[in-house]
Amino acid sequence: MCEGSIWRSRWGITVAHQFSSALSLFASIVLSLGMAQAQTTPQPPDTMAARVLACASCHGAEGEGTSDVYFPRLAGKPAGYLYNQLVAFRDGRRKYPPMNYLLDFLPDPYLKQMAEHFASLRPPFPAPAVPTVSKEILARGESIAVNGDPQRGVPACASCHGATFGGMEPAIPGLLGLRASYISAQLGGWRYGTRTAAAPDCMQIVAGLLTEDDVKAVAAFLSSRPAPTDPSFAKRGSLPMPLVCGSQPN
Amino acid sequence: MPRTLKALLPAFLAAWLAIGASPATAQDAALIAKGEYLARAGDCIACHTAREGKTFAGGLPMKTPFGTLYTSNITPDPQTGIGMWTSDQFFQMMHNGRFPDGGLVYPAMPFASYTKVTREDSDAIYAYLRSIPPVKQRNREHDLKFPFNNRSLILGWRTLFFKEGVYKPDPTKSAEWNRGAYLVEGLGHCGMCHTAINALGGSSESQAFEGGLIPMQNWYAPSLTSNKEAGLGDWTIEEISDYLRKGVSARGAVYGPMAEVVYNSLQYLNDDDTRAMAIYLKSLAQGTSPDKPAAPLPSAESSLLLSLGKQIYDRECASCHGAEGLGMPPHYPPLAGNQSIQMVSAVNAIRMVLNGGYPPGTAGNPMPYGMPPFAHRMSDDEVAAVVTYIRTSWGNRGAAVSARQANELRAATLN
Repeated sequence: MCEGSIWRSRWGITVAHQFSSALSLFASIVLSLGMAQAQTTPQPPDTMAARVLACASCHGAEGEGTSDVYFPRLAGKPAGYLYNQLVAFRDGRRKYPPMNYLLDFLPDPYLKQMAEHFASLRPPFPAPAVPTVSKEILARGESIAVNGDPQRGVPACASCHGATFGGMEPAIPGLLGLRASYISAQLGGWRYGTRTAAAPDCMQIVAGLLTEDDVKAVAAFLSSRPAPTDPSFAKRGSLPMPLVCGSQPN
Repeated sequence: MPRTLKALLPAFLAAWLAIGASPATAQDAALIAKGEYLARAGDCIACHTAREGKTFAGGLPMKTPFGTLYTSNITPDPQTGIGMWTSDQFFQMMHNGRFPDGGLVYPAMPFASYTKVTREDSDAIYAYLRSIPPVKQRNREHDLKFPFNNRSLILGWRTLFFKEGVYKPDPTKSAEWNRGAYLVEGLGHCGMCHTAINALGGSSESQAFEGGLIPMQNWYAPSLTSNKEAGLGDWTIEEISDYLRKGVSARGAVYGPMAEVVYNSLQYLNDDDTRAMAIYLKSLAQGTSPDKPAAPLPSAESSLLLSLGKQIYDRECASCHGAEGLGMPPHYPPLAGNQSIQMVSAVNAIRMVLNGGYPPGTAGNPMPYGMPPFAHRMSDDEVAAVVTYIRTSWGNRGAAVSARQANELRAATLN
């Protein structure tokens, strides 16, 4: 009995050993087959950076923007803002055919991931634009951006976008690192109703109060600002906003 | 599950049945679920829901060469939707393209395909559409040019292009093949794009699935019968199924209007139906493999085009599609041996370079990889050169592309 049990246990160990070596041999074959297959069909990196390479030709690989003055920097804008824009482009509320087309069939969760990806990036800012407008116009732009124009009811950009114009979570964008052409095109879009956001659309109200000269001045001032020392955006609810905005639920 | 709970389950179930749901409502729920599935297979939502509009409330503008049609409200609202319709009337619309008052439906509604749908399936879709929230939204008048605003013209169209009749199974083929044929020819209404549309806005039955340019959209819907185009004779069933349901496959990814079909419709089909469609589609191919590669382009001009094309390809495309055009399937499609690049029509290849694109985000491929647009970075000459290079390299046998062709497609509408 005793002998038998020793034999059995030895047999068991031997078999187990044989079995495990067979298993490891099998595993290594499978593994090497897998590797061979991986070699024949290389795969792109399983990262968001690789997935959003389609954005790079206009917005830069890290969302830093490119030399084209109409393509905005995406990096470091609050994710809520970027997500709202992606949804607006996909659903046709914000109109720019190349963007509408690219996003047409992408589901909400994926757009959210794209937004979070670009919100998390902090590539260097471009050199500030050398102003092409007079000192007076630049000063007018600064005055509107920092103080607004209380007589005409124009709120300061800084009151919602922050004193450093870095934006506020979740959905108010930073205004630095953008070109004057882009900024004035967007303000123009709001004035003429071609760019809209969820109601109440406070940017439509603000832009409606600006004259064309105001737009030119604000765009020149903002684009001439140097890169912020702290590129982060303001915490949600930290700025007392003068208007209620549908896209910034507080 | 604890044993006591398990034992109590039948009692709970009986009590539940006694209180609320009669067996009839359970049947209704099953019928509605079936109808929802079939409505997906028919891709009703793609046309009957406007951008940012309420689901199935219609109002989507459809541009046609004859003017703009606005899709109708198919929610159960009694005044503005189809809430007053009977299942007979609904079947008459699906099967015969006529409104309850006998009026003729414009054939943008694919009743020439839906006529193959069985009464049973039509009733299921009807039950589903009655179960969705009603939306009060009046249908917008169509904006058609003279003489197309005269509905009696539809009679002529119907005489030429409409053949009424529920799908008749082919007894010599398998049940799977017949199910696939039923879905592709009926609810799937694949022939609406993949059969050439002639000047009268009709699809000729003799040219079924032979491909054609989709009017107004400037995309070429490839032939499903020729292996030189999108004929699937050389594809495995798995590759076809992946393509239909995930939107990406080892052989290529969906793009353009087909991305919409996968996004709204095909990704929701079950394993059996996807497979059935794949089997049927594969059988449509007429057994011919693509021709041998054409001789390299002879003229000096062409070789200049090719050397410029190779330069651009190596710089802009090779990092994803590979120096040899092998890609990294399924995410970066292979270009070598890819039928959609070598087709007689170069429209799709040119548009991919100009506009880029993302395959649809589907349950099987929720985070697709995308291709950047190059319209703003490449001149017409550069687009022509790189597309020519892709169409003629690695054994591909497409013809060269001119800068003029590239230029014409810059203006193509994007949605």
